[in-house]
This record gives sequence, structure tokens and C-alpha cells, in this order.
Amino acid sequence: MRGFFPIFFAPGFFTSSQVVNALWVGTFVAAVSGMIGVFVVIRGQSFVGHALTDLGATGASGAFLIGLNIWYGFLSFGLLAGAGVELMGDKNHRSRDIATGIILSFAMGLGALFLYFDTITSNNATVSMLVLFGSIFVMDPTMTPIVIGVGLATIVLLGVLYRPLILSSVNPEIARTRGVPVRLVGLIFMILLAAAVEDGALVLGALLSTALLIGPAAAAVRLTSRTGLALIWAAGMGILATWLGIILAYDSYEWPPYGRGWPVSFFTAVLILVFYLVSHFISKRSRWLLIREVNEK
Amino acid sequence: MNRETVLELNHIGVQFGNRKVLDDIHVQVKAGEFIGLIGPNGAGKTTLLRVILGLLSPTKGSLQISGKPVLHGNRAVGYVPQKIHLDPNTPLRARDLVGLGLDGHRFGIPLPSRKRRQQIDEVLSAVDALSFADAPVGRLSGGEQQRLLIAQALLTNPRILLLDEPLSNLDIRSAYEVVRLVSRIGREKGIAVIMVAHDMNPLLSSMDKVLYLAKGHAVMGEVENVIQSDVLSELYGYEVEVLRVRGRVLVVGGEETDLDVLDLVEGSHCNGGDVMIQ
Repeated sequence: MRGFFPIFFAPGFFTSSQVVNALWVGTFVAAVSGMIGVFVVIRGQSFVGHALTDLGATGASGAFLIGLNIWYGFLSFGLLAGAGVELMGDKNHRSRDIATGIILSFAMGLGALFLYFDTITSNNATVSMLVLFGSIFVMDPTMTPIVIGVGLATIVLLGVLYRPLILSSVNPEIARTRGVPVRLVGLIFMILLAAAVEDGALVLGALLSTALLIGPAAAAVRLTSRTGLALIWAAGMGILATWLGIILAYDSYEWPPYGRGWPVSFFTAVLILVFYLVSHFISKRSRWLLIREVNEK
Repeated sequence: MNRETVLELNHIGVQFGNRKVLDDIHVQVKAGEFIGLIGPNGAGKTTLLRVILGLLSPTKGSLQISGKPVLHGNRAVGYVPQKIHLDPNTPLRARDLVGLGLDGHRFGIPLPSRKRRQQIDEVLSAVDALSFADAPVGRLSGGEQQRLLIAQALLTNPRILLLDEPLSNLDIRSAYEVVRLVSRIGREKGIAVIMVAHDMNPLLSSMDKVLYLAKGHAVMGEVENVIQSDVLSELYGYEVEVLRVRGRVLVVGGEETDLDVLDLVEGSHCNGGDVMIQ
């Protein structure tokens, strides 16, 4: 153990303020994404989740252009997009998907322009990396309380919405007859989803924040059929993947080929995939055992 | 019998633009009655159902449930949808789904308690679903999910149980089981049951009255009085004939285009074999 500890936690890990900050932010962001993700899986809305971060990226690159922290761009565009998608309604799934696709392409085009301007005006290309792949180590520490606050508020609201959200996900008609304002519940959930993925975009970037949203949740629902436990599993696996990603990224500081460190997003995305595959294997195995047990009776 | 009237439809009319979907529906349902809401596709069954659920305001007429006007979130009506679509991996157990009947409309997370568990177990046993109480809902069969939805609706403590085509996704045996189950529960608890069905076969032995809808008009009464050539002809607005062949009853329409929406009526003493119409 004495030999392992310094190898795993490279010198200075716990004393670096950037690392400590990253661990705090990462914990909350991963927990929120994992929990919201369970409901995204229940409601079959993973496409929307991804669309929201893509639109958030446009906002983030725009925010950078006017000198704001990219997080504000992520959040404002994400919230607007979420509300927009929900208000488009569910009249026709196909036309809604097409509309989402068209708006998405337009926003991405705009994002490309903003990123291009960002790169020219700031004379470096790191902003594209920050927006698309995350920036947890170089985050402005004054943002930490805001990001964590949004995360906490999201979890609290998810708790408040819990039962009506499940009921309207199972069957909106039953929910309506019971007096649940189904549209409003859907809208609030969409806003929570936007907050979660845009928080996630700060850690993993716009392209990978869906990984933190869907991955741990998809793994969790294979491990348990209880909603509450699935929330805990998803949050736990997300937090673990983020912590390990931060630790490994820190460790990789002197790794080849450039000796400049590898991105957190890479490690976290790989770990989430590993968790998913392991949960898949476990659930296949337990189902097989169950079938055998029934057959033997 | 002198039973309380739980549902009163007073000359209900529903119009979408110029199209009359329901016209002058005037019906009373008493506590504990089992009503089959029968009719071909497009007859207005779904519209009537939405009116009773309070999801659609009628253009004309009024309705009362247990003497009170219908509101959103009227817990006096327990609604059982035709089908729910859940992924097999959805983290929701059978007992969680049923528990939503108790407090699914309330905010916050459900707190486990002995009383809650008891109430859920009670309705699970009433629909004979205790054996799969802890199974994930998404992995259960259509018939099993149907039973859970009924249990869920029962937990809302309704005066009326409204089932929207519960039999259409089930094989004949499960269909008869659901009908027997619902009719038994209705009688035991004094709950009026309104079961929407395209095909009235499985309902014949259980229903007290038939509410037959065609072209937006309705006639209600006992099966032998309603399922008659002259009654149904007047309802459809053209000549239809009720044939009773070898214990089975067929409603045969006059227009060829209506052939696919004909109702096939099977005598209650027949076992539920498949009947083919060429």
C-alpha cells in the first residue's frame, strides 16, 4: 500500500488547488448527470440530451467571444434549447425530430463560426478544446460555487418532481387524469436536463457530456430494477469515473508523446464504457442464472 | 335494484369543427355495474372516454360523477390505458408501478412504510400479481402489465373504473381472465366498470349492460335488448342484421366498406375459439 499510494496519486495531487477544485466540481456534476440520466433512459430522451449540449457549445463559443465565462453560454443556450424542444410539443415525433435536426445543424454552423472567431481573436486554439472537450483543470475557481449550486438545485428539484415525473413517463394519460400538469412537468424536466448536461459540458466538454449523462445511467439500470437504487448507482459510477479520470489525467502529466498530460475526458469516457460493459456482463449473467433456476424447478 | 348513480351523461355532444363526433349521449351508470362500451372504429369511443376522464370538455350537455361535475384529477375515475411502453431495462418494479396509484400525483419521493406496502400488496393480490411483484415492469407480458395497471387504478380508490380497450393486445385466454377479474373486483367493491372494446365477445358473460356506439350515437341496455337487428340498424342509420349462428352472434353490415369494422358477437356459452369471416 505504501508503495502503491504515491504511484497512483502523483506528488502534489491533493495539494494542488486546481485538482481539489476539479474533484469538487466533478463530484457534483457527475452525480447530477447520472441521476438525470436515469430519467432520460426511462423517458427515452437521450437524443435530446445530446442535442442540448451541441446547442450549448454554440452558446459557449459565443460567450467566449464577448468575454464571458463559457459556462454562462452553455447554460443559457442549453436552457433556451431545452424549453424550445419541449414547447415544440409531441404532436408528431417525426416532424419534431426533423425540426430538432435542422435547428441543431444551424446552431452547430453558428458554433463553428464563433469558434473560428474565438481562435483568431485569442490567437490560440485552446478555446475549441475547452468548449468541445472540457476544461475542468483550468476552470475559474470563482465559478465553482455557481456550478455546484446549479447541480444541487437540480438534484433537489428532481426529488420534488420524482413521482409525477415517473407517472407521466409511464403514461401521460393516467397522469393527466390524476391532475398532474404533464406538460409543465415535462418542461421542468427538460430544464433540469439542460442544467445537468451543461454542467457536464464543463467537465467533459460538449461532445462528451452525454457520456456522463447516459453511460452511468445505462449501466445502472442493468444492475437494479429499483428506481432509487438506479439513481444511486448511476451517481456513484459517474463520480467514480470522474475521480479516476481526474487522477489519471493528473498522473499522465509526464506521459508520452508530448509530456503535457492527457485530457480528463478521455479517461472518463473510457471508464464509463468499461462500467457499461461490466454491468452488461453482470446483468446477462444474472439473468442466465435466473432462467436456469426457473428451469430447474 | 336501488343503487346509487355514479355517472350521469346529460345529452353530451362533441363537435370538432363541423364534424359531430358524439351526438346527444344520454346515459346513467350505477355503482357496481359492468358496462361494455362497444362500437366499430371511429364510432367515438375514445372521444367519449376522454369526456368521462375530464380530458375533453363536451360541446353540448354536461356530465356528473357521483353527483359532482367532472374535473381534471378526478380521483373518482380510475383509468386503465390500453398499453404502456416501457423499455425492458426500465428501473421500475411491478409494485412501484402499482404504488403510483397511491401517490404518483404527489410531489417528492415516496417514503416506504408498512401501511403503504400493505395497501400495495392488497391490490396486487386482488389482481393476482403477487408472484411477479418485484419483477421489472418492462419485462412482463402484456396481460401481466394490464393487471398491474388495473391494480394501480384500484389504489386511487375510484367509483368508476375506465378501461380503454384492455383486451386488444391480449390472447383470448388472457382476455377472458382480465374480464373475469375486473368484473369480480367491480362486484366486490361496488365499483362501476366501463370497458371499451372493439370486440364484445369476451365481455358477454360478464357485462350487465352494453353501451353501443355507432356514428356518434349511442344506445344502452341489456345485451339481448340492444344487440338486435332493428335497434342496431337505427343506430347505424342503415340496414344491419344480427345473426345468431350456432350460439354465436354476428352483426353484419349493409355496406361493403364496413365489413372490416363489423362486430362479431359470440354466445356466452361458447368457448373462445377463433372465428373467421371471409
